[in-house]
Amino acid sequence: MRRFLIILSICPALAAQDAAELLAKMKAMEARIQALEKEVAALKTAPAAPAAVTVSEAPQEKSAEPLPPALGQRTSTLPYYGPAVQSSKIFNPDMAAIGTFAGAAGSPGSRPGYALEMSEAEVAVQAIVDPYARADFFFSFGEKGVELEEGYLTLSALPGGFQARAGKMRAVFGKVNTFHLHTLPWVDRPLVTQNLLGGEEGISDAGLSISRILPAPKGVFLEATAQVYRGDSEGVFQSYRRDNLGTVGRLRGYRDLSESTNIDLGASYARGHSPLGPSLTTQLYGLDATLRWKPLRRAIYHSFLARTEAVWGRAQQPEAVAKPFGYYVSGEYQLARRWLVGGRFDRSDRLESALRDTGGSILLTYRPSEFSQIRGQIRRTRYGERMTANEFLFQFQYSIGAHGAHPF
Amino acid sequence: MRTLLALLLAAGAARAAGRSQVVTTTEDLASLVREVGGDRITVESIARGYQDPHFVEPKPSFLLKLQKADLLVLVGRDLEIGWLSPLVTQSRNARIQPGAAGYMDASLTCEILDVPAGQITRAMGDVHPLGNPHYWLDPANGRRIARAVEQRLSRLQPGDAAEFGRRLADFDRRLGEAEKQWESRMAPYRGRKVISYHRSWSNFAKRFGLEVAGYVEPKPGIPPTPSHTLDVIRGMKRDNIKLILVEPYFDLRTPESIARQTGGQVVVLLPSVGGVKEVKDYFQLFDYNINLLAGLFAKVP
Repeated sequence: MRRFLIILSICPALAAQDAAELLAKMKAMEARIQALEKEVAALKTAPAAPAAVTVSEAPQEKSAEPLPPALGQRTSTLPYYGPAVQSSKIFNPDMAAIGTFAGAAGSPGSRPGYALEMSEAEVAVQAIVDPYARADFFFSFGEKGVELEEGYLTLSALPGGFQARAGKMRAVFGKVNTFHLHTLPWVDRPLVTQNLLGGEEGISDAGLSISRILPAPKGVFLEATAQVYRGDSEGVFQSYRRDNLGTVGRLRGYRDLSESTNIDLGASYARGHSPLGPSLTTQLYGLDATLRWKPLRRAIYHSFLARTEAVWGRAQQPEAVAKPFGYYVSGEYQLARRWLVGGRFDRSDRLESALRDTGGSILLTYRPSEFSQIRGQIRRTRYGERMTANEFLFQFQYSIGAHGAHPF
Repeated sequence: MRTLLALLLAAGAARAAGRSQVVTTTEDLASLVREVGGDRITVESIARGYQDPHFVEPKPSFLLKLQKADLLVLVGRDLEIGWLSPLVTQSRNARIQPGAAGYMDASLTCEILDVPAGQITRAMGDVHPLGNPHYWLDPANGRRIARAVEQRLSRLQPGDAAEFGRRLADFDRRLGEAEKQWESRMAPYRGRKVISYHRSWSNFAKRFGLEVAGYVEPKPGIPPTPSHTLDVIRGMKRDNIKLILVEPYFDLRTPESIARQTGGQVVVLLPSVGGVKEVKDYFQLFDYNINLLAGLFAKVP
């Protein structure tokens, strides 16, 4: 009984004590919630840029202040500029569309073309895949359809200094074959490309590529590339069986002559089966040379580039072996920030006939900004059929979105 | 053959000595890395101080440097967007690929200004959507970069971490002293208005109390137009602005024409170490610019 009374007398005291503790706990929780609300509000109003760096302004104090750990971690990862950027920069690839609209006037000779044409809308989608690779896709939308101009995976972190690519690629045969339409210094492609290297598409196929920088004397960049293709490249190579693979090889040497002048030399080789028959092969040999000048202090105003490419072919035909030859020589001088003038002379035999075409062009290019240009080209071509074409070609090019930089 | 052998030996010497090879995109970053790393590392820059860092050609000769680099330090904020990516990809160097331990974006711990708000389009010119990339022109950011470099080098070369820490502390002390001098030199001219060619001086102006009242470029990356130039002239006359700051890689014709019509003066101010021969490090960069500006401010009202 006494025990019961004791318990009864203690209960209210305990209840009062519990209530006080509970109240204190609730107050603490309320304060914590308020603090968290403040933090959330502060985070919402904070700028995206790392103004979050809490470095005090007094130099003496700064020396003692360690880096915020979160920022310290970030420096070892991809560039992270803030929440707004994260979704677009990390999870979406860089995307760009490049439009090329062209027109022609005058007598076209033996190769008629459109008076006005939306030549191409190139859509580029490029991103890093993972720590070991990046992917690049270039879709070419024409007026009559879409095709994959290039789409490849680049393994940039292979051991032994190798770099590999797998996918559909423009072959590394010479210089111009690797150029997309919007990186050409002319409205058209030279006759040697039209006649011997597959025209607008060039030597372009699905395949594997491996390249390596080779040991060389100091200051010389020497790179060797070997590529294996399925063997289908319209107008040049055709694969009839699985083992009809095409091969391309290139050796490139580069050297700075001074800080503003450099020279770039290359030798290329390509082999594949002829479109004329499964038992016939075509071999192509190419040499190219480029001299560039760009004074560093006035790099945005003046530059000069001279380039030549020569291609020799050895094409088996049903009853003979054709040995066509073609070349072009071109130059481009930047007069002012927005203006460039250029010229080109080209001559080329045709791959499947004994005809030879010869042409010359002068060009004027105006660039309102880095993202657009207007180009005019006066072209005179003497075709092998003894027809002469005098034409005025013009072109508008413009780029929207984030287009990655091009290799040199 | 003997020359080749000598070259190979020289190339191997740096590695044998355990020195990390650092490549930076600009000479400013190279100078800050040198301050921290001293002779325990080797460092070289891709861009020269007198060239426009937005427009560097990605030459294969740079690949030879990047191929061997242990650490790549870049300005970031899209400054090198037009040229660095293909170089890094083609370098065949896993150590400096984005995300690797040897890839360091120096902007990540810095105070970044001019981050555009709202919709960004190319109608605004060659705008930097991630903020102004010329942030190294505030010594406080130089200090932040040096600290990040010290952390990175210490991870790369743990055996020299103490030396890097000592050198950072020494740099910090010297920079603190220099900052006091630079600030006292510029103190009489706080609030002065200037015109600049490109938007390179936001961090510098904020730090030293200048106001950039206008730009020779109508929009970032867009060359001067006659109508905008007239606006600049009117603005300079109205506000009695006398100095036009021009980076060493821009044409001086338009700024000089503006100066003639306003009684002003063109100042070729250096955004980078190496802009002129005698400016060889980060301290000399501010010494040069502040001496030049303070001297001119003292002469003009």
